[in-house]
Amino acid sequence: MNKNSWILYIGILVFGLIAPFIFPAFKVQLSILCVLIVLATTWNIQGGEMGYNSFGNILFYGLGMYLCASVQVGMFFPLAEWTESGGEKTFVHTPSQFFQGMAVGLVVAAVVPTIVAGLIGYSILGLRGHYFAICTLGLGVAAGEISGGIEIIGAGQGFTTPPFPNIGGLEARGEFFYFLSFGALVLTFIAVRAIYTTRFRLILNAIRDNEDKAEAMGIETMKYKISGWMISAFFCGLAGGIMGGLVGYIDSTDVAFDGREMGVFMVLMAILGGKGTLWGPIIGATLFHFFKEGFWTFFLGWQYVALGVLIVVIVIYFPEGLMGWLREKYPERFGEVVDEADRKAQVELK
Amino acid sequence: MDFLVFQYPMITIQACLDGLLLGILFALIAYGMALQWGVMNIINIAQGDLVILGGYIAYFMYLYGIHPAWGVIVSPIIMYFVGIAIYKLVINKVVDRDLFISILATFGISILFMQLMNFAFGADVVLANSGYGTTMLFDNNVVLPNSKIFSAFISIVFAICLVVYMKRSKLGRAIRATAQNARAAKILGVDTEKVYAATFGINAALCGVAGALISITFTIHPYMGLPYTIRSFMIVIVAGLGNLPGVAMSGMGLGIFEEFADYILGTEFRIGSVFLLLVLILVYRRFKLSRKREYLK
Repeated sequence: MNKNSWILYIGILVFGLIAPFIFPAFKVQLSILCVLIVLATTWNIQGGEMGYNSFGNILFYGLGMYLCASVQVGMFFPLAEWTESGGEKTFVHTPSQFFQGMAVGLVVAAVVPTIVAGLIGYSILGLRGHYFAICTLGLGVAAGEISGGIEIIGAGQGFTTPPFPNIGGLEARGEFFYFLSFGALVLTFIAVRAIYTTRFRLILNAIRDNEDKAEAMGIETMKYKISGWMISAFFCGLAGGIMGGLVGYIDSTDVAFDGREMGVFMVLMAILGGKGTLWGPIIGATLFHFFKEGFWTFFLGWQYVALGVLIVVIVIYFPEGLMGWLREKYPERFGEVVDEADRKAQVELK
Repeated sequence: MDFLVFQYPMITIQACLDGLLLGILFALIAYGMALQWGVMNIINIAQGDLVILGGYIAYFMYLYGIHPAWGVIVSPIIMYFVGIAIYKLVINKVVDRDLFISILATFGISILFMQLMNFAFGADVVLANSGYGTTMLFDNNVVLPNSKIFSAFISIVFAICLVVYMKRSKLGRAIRATAQNARAAKILGVDTEKVYAATFGINAALCGVAGALISITFTIHPYMGLPYTIRSFMIVIVAGLGNLPGVAMSGMGLGIFEEFADYILGTEFRIGSVFLLLVLILVYRRFKLSRKREYLK
């Protein structure tokens, strides 16, 4: 790591820490941005690096969301009565109860999806290509439909997460969730960056490029595929837990297992920025968030139309994403040595 | 849980018949899916949304006082051109690319369609009342709406017409040739671009027929598309590409499964069980193939 990148990291960290005070009105937006970056980056681990394009990471996200909220409530009050009462505040968390519940809830929200990913990984990751994509799509939708029928977590009427305790009002709530999600973002970035410097990433890339050959070379691909998916699940669950608290209301198909929104968003953000790069999903998520907020503000009602068009345009015209485009344009900047004559010859061959 | 199914045989018969008639409709949609998958190698997530759009065409005819059964004729004609338009705008750019690209691109189309239909037709659950009445069987214990029988009949008619068309006509031959080997077909003078467009158009037309029938027999809603896509995908992977009797059989099987899931688990788990069944089928096939060190591809 050279000096420039240290300056960049410290700059971003400092900006992240002071951002809620510079833009106090955008705290919630910034928190959502952090969560989106976490989702895009971790989708990229198995979508971009491993070549297993999943629509089903929403499963872990939704699971984390429900688990975090359920633990937070269930630790102190009977869960069934809480969901029964809907938004009515029959039970009130004291501040210490709220934070304790949140802490335990987030741990559970991250760990349980990881275990789930490990358990179903062997079955699901044996599928390849589009079968994997459709299977995970089915998994995500099935989770949404089934959780919408379970009474104890609110079924169709939804689940109100514990409201933020009455200290410092809205400002404190915004700051708390911002720093929580920013913390998750930093944690994710450090973890992913560490992973990407190891042999593990090379193995994942080998699986993406040619799984049969990787297997023939003696790599136990299944083991690495499952680990890759579990890492994704861990951070997706964490992000889901935070998002549940931030939104304050969980609905099975519209918030938690929202394959039509979040499930596609994470794929789209990673593709927009560039699959298989460290910075691609981060840039993609940031750009996408601006796009999305623009649509949701200026084209209210038409946002899904705009979103659908955006998906088609991105997928057809920029399948390599921003980073891929930059890489094509300035390969030297990505550490690729290019022989100019060779490159010209290749272009002519086409 | 409702064990009435086992204690009371009439409900079993009812569920089987309902499922059978429903399954024939699913098989029709799945046939379109298999057609485009086999010929163009794309998976169309917007399949279900084309079905719903076809249903709305029939519904609008009903609103304007025309009998919705005529939608079976009108809807495929309109949907054929919708299909051609989608092909020209989007699909022709994803045909020879990675399958995942086609999945994602059609997912985009699906979201677009959902929302446009939501604007144009409203978010209400609607149905086109055909006024066909019902048939009672087994001492009035089994109730079959005539519209369901009508829709199954029409589906079979269309399926047979299509099979004959694919076998006999020039375009049908060209489509089959392209499915076997697109490059060879091109060399032998088949305009594959036209064939692709026609295939997608025929697929959309089939969706139009199925949609019109669904709007008569069941209900339609702008957001109900995805389950139809998943059902047809499931039927195709169970039956295999280009296996028409298999498509019909697995379609009916799925219909019966769904009716029983509805009775036993409850209606709220109906769609969920369909999606779960897809996952289970894929996992089952994965384990079956992995014994021979193969995988689904």
